[in-house]
Amino acid sequence: MQVNQEFKPKIVAFCCNWCSYAGADLAGTNRSNYPADVKIIRVPCSCRVNPLFILRAFQRGADGVILCGCHPGDCHYTTGNYYARRRMTLLFSMLDYLGIEKERTRVEWVSAAEGAKFAATMNEFVATVKALGENKRLEDLRCKTQ
Amino acid sequence: MKKIAYSNLDVCFAAIAKTKTLYLPMADGVDEKRGAKYTKWTPEVTYTADAVNTVRSAKDFFFPQVERMTNFKVDGKKIEIEDIRKECEDFVVFGVRACDAASFDILDSVYLAEPIDSYYQNRREHGVVVTMACTKPSETCFCSVFGIDAARPAGDVTCWRDGDLVLLQANTEKGEALLLELPMLEDTAENAADKVIASIETMLEKLPLKDLSTDAFGGDKLMKLFDSEKWADLSEACLGCGTCTFVCPTCQCYDIRDYDTGHGVQRFRCWDSCMYWEFTKTAGGQPRPTQLERFRQRFMHKLVYYPANNDGKFGCVGCGRCMKSCPISMNIVKVMKTLEEEHE
Amino acid sequence: MQDTMKKRASELLADGTIARVLGWKNGEFVYDPTPAVFDSAEELEEGFVYHDFCGNNLSKYLIKLSRLEGKTLVFLKPCDSYSFNQLLTEHRIIRENVYIIGIPCDGKLDPDFVRASGAEGILGITTDGDTIVVDTMYGNVTLQKNACLLERCRNCKSHQVMVYDEILGENGEINEACGRFDEVEKLESMTSDERYAFWRNELSRCIRCNACRNICPACSCEMCVFDNPASGVSQKAAADSFEENMFHIIRAFHVAGRCTDCGECSRVCPQHIPLHLLNRKFIKDINTFYGEYQAGAEAGSRSPLVNFTQDDCEPNIVCKGGSK
Repeated sequence: MQVNQEFKPKIVAFCCNWCSYAGADLAGTNRSNYPADVKIIRVPCSCRVNPLFILRAFQRGADGVILCGCHPGDCHYTTGNYYARRRMTLLFSMLDYLGIEKERTRVEWVSAAEGAKFAATMNEFVATVKALGENKRLEDLRCKTQ
Repeated sequence: MKKIAYSNLDVCFAAIAKTKTLYLPMADGVDEKRGAKYTKWTPEVTYTADAVNTVRSAKDFFFPQVERMTNFKVDGKKIEIEDIRKECEDFVVFGVRACDAASFDILDSVYLAEPIDSYYQNRREHGVVVTMACTKPSETCFCSVFGIDAARPAGDVTCWRDGDLVLLQANTEKGEALLLELPMLEDTAENAADKVIASIETMLEKLPLKDLSTDAFGGDKLMKLFDSEKWADLSEACLGCGTCTFVCPTCQCYDIRDYDTGHGVQRFRCWDSCMYWEFTKTAGGQPRPTQLERFRQRFMHKLVYYPANNDGKFGCVGCGRCMKSCPISMNIVKVMKTLEEEHE
Repeated sequence: MQDTMKKRASELLADGTIARVLGWKNGEFVYDPTPAVFDSAEELEEGFVYHDFCGNNLSKYLIKLSRLEGKTLVFLKPCDSYSFNQLLTEHRIIRENVYIIGIPCDGKLDPDFVRASGAEGILGITTDGDTIVVDTMYGNVTLQKNACLLERCRNCKSHQVMVYDEILGENGEINEACGRFDEVEKLESMTSDERYAFWRNELSRCIRCNACRNICPACSCEMCVFDNPASGVSQKAAADSFEENMFHIIRAFHVAGRCTDCGECSRVCPQHIPLHLLNRKFIKDINTFYGEYQAGAEAGSRSPLVNFTQDDCEPNIVCKGGSK
């Protein structure tokens, strides 16, 4: 029997190893709360994330994808996040152009010291995606069954 | 033979659609450049009788581009196989041209020979093919070269359009059963279509490719054609895309792939193209290393290998789709004419 | 023009400047020339053509041909010359091995549009100024040339050959007011739902024949990610609507900043999907966000996607009112 359950969005967060992942860590040690539906994938740099990563996250059932990296200017590799910024700007614009809800994708710059910002960002992003409901426009039905 | 007014066809379609799914060629919206495609009939759908051919062939109905074959449920170390084959629903394809109708014979010879392809057989058994004789063939048409009569197409039911009338003739039991379900059809003389057939035949005589010769081809010409030096020139511009293969009504190669869904595996088959670089790639290597070999394979298959195994019958039906679609305008007619010169 | 080209090519073959000629070979009908390599004056005489249906962009063939011994002569139309420059930028063509003759172009015709305009059974076509007369099996049909132009030619961005060793006739000019982004803007002004419906309708027609990819001068990877079984996304057919989206988004993204908008993808699509609308969206966004950039306008320029400034806009510009 289908029980009317509250919709819990699945969120994938790509976090750069040097800033945002440490920021997430700090959020943990500070005992800041953010929903457990956020699955963090650690990447060496926000620049490591190519558009296929974002699309495959959606394919595999994500309802929202967020990319977190060092603040512009603070990249561990000096310029990685500048490239990531351009890439994601264009990708998100294209997704929007194809009619896919633009609120499902986001980029945030979170430093290692910003544990509170990390938690706040995630809380807000989860709420936004929750309001949008399930990802229907960029889903792969084969991955959804059962 | 039966008849119905052309303007009344919709009544006929509605009656068929009551018990079966009906597909027919419809202009493909947006702009006219797109030609026609087979569309599921609803009262809003308008039959495009004038379209010589749909952009995609009618083979899709019996041999779809993607077909799920089986599922595997994975639970720890246990794998369970799920047979997802189901009895196909009854359907009617209306307005098939003579070339496409002939292509079913070629597909049958591959898929209904032992071992029988149960997926194909299932669709074939449940599908009724209603053909429509061509009244306005295109310059790219050359079905007559392969002995196909566009004025008398095969299929379960054959139709002719004669001005405001459509004449229908059942050819098989399936076809007769279909016509019996359509009380709006009126009886008419058995030779009612003779006039329109004669006028189509005059039209077919004007086709620019009607004299294309097949003398240089056939199962017994293998080595001479295989070693021809012309293949290099013919294939030099080929992009290695699959357009010709995918619009072709007789191309029947497929690949079987597994998709990992994260909670199991879906096995499906999908069209494959001998023009693709990895078509014959195996762990042992690639016997067709360049586009020349791949290009040669496609035409040799249609003009030599297939006839060698099928009593001289060619693997092309002359629908002309590859002539209209190829990005670089290379096609079977150019290949035949070039190799023919060598034969002489 | 055809005779001038043939004559010049024969001269260059005769004096040993070049070893072969890359051009178009006459087809079965008037509208289906095939790109071909000619090795001698006799071959040129026999088959070389240049007319209103020579739409094929020849630049990509030079990746292979420029690696052969001796120079290859190529005839480049204005839009082909952009692709040539872009391939030079990417070090895919050896410039020294190519001899370029720039040729003017006043728009190429699309046989599909000729057919759609009511001419079926085409036997011959003669151009007369702005009109074309199509001789068909069912009588003559007179059409406006403008109605039969390839999509890219309707919004021609440039009549200027950007790179050449010599040019036949006068070089043209860049057409700033070409209006090639009009359709993109029209889509942008739709609601998200309308855009989604539009693209579902278009992309669901894709048969994954890869013609768009294989003809594209910017798609010159040795192995495409969608062909690489180790990539996890290799696919031969779209088994799910997701894959239709994925293939086209990734393909367009991969050529973003490198696509010269030559329009070959839309020309060759057997299903007539307006693929140029994806590429032009990227071009338009790049122009808006990072300043005007035309790929292939000059060899060696740095693509906006491998470049940055410290005060680039943030990705949330898309959320905040969108793509301008």
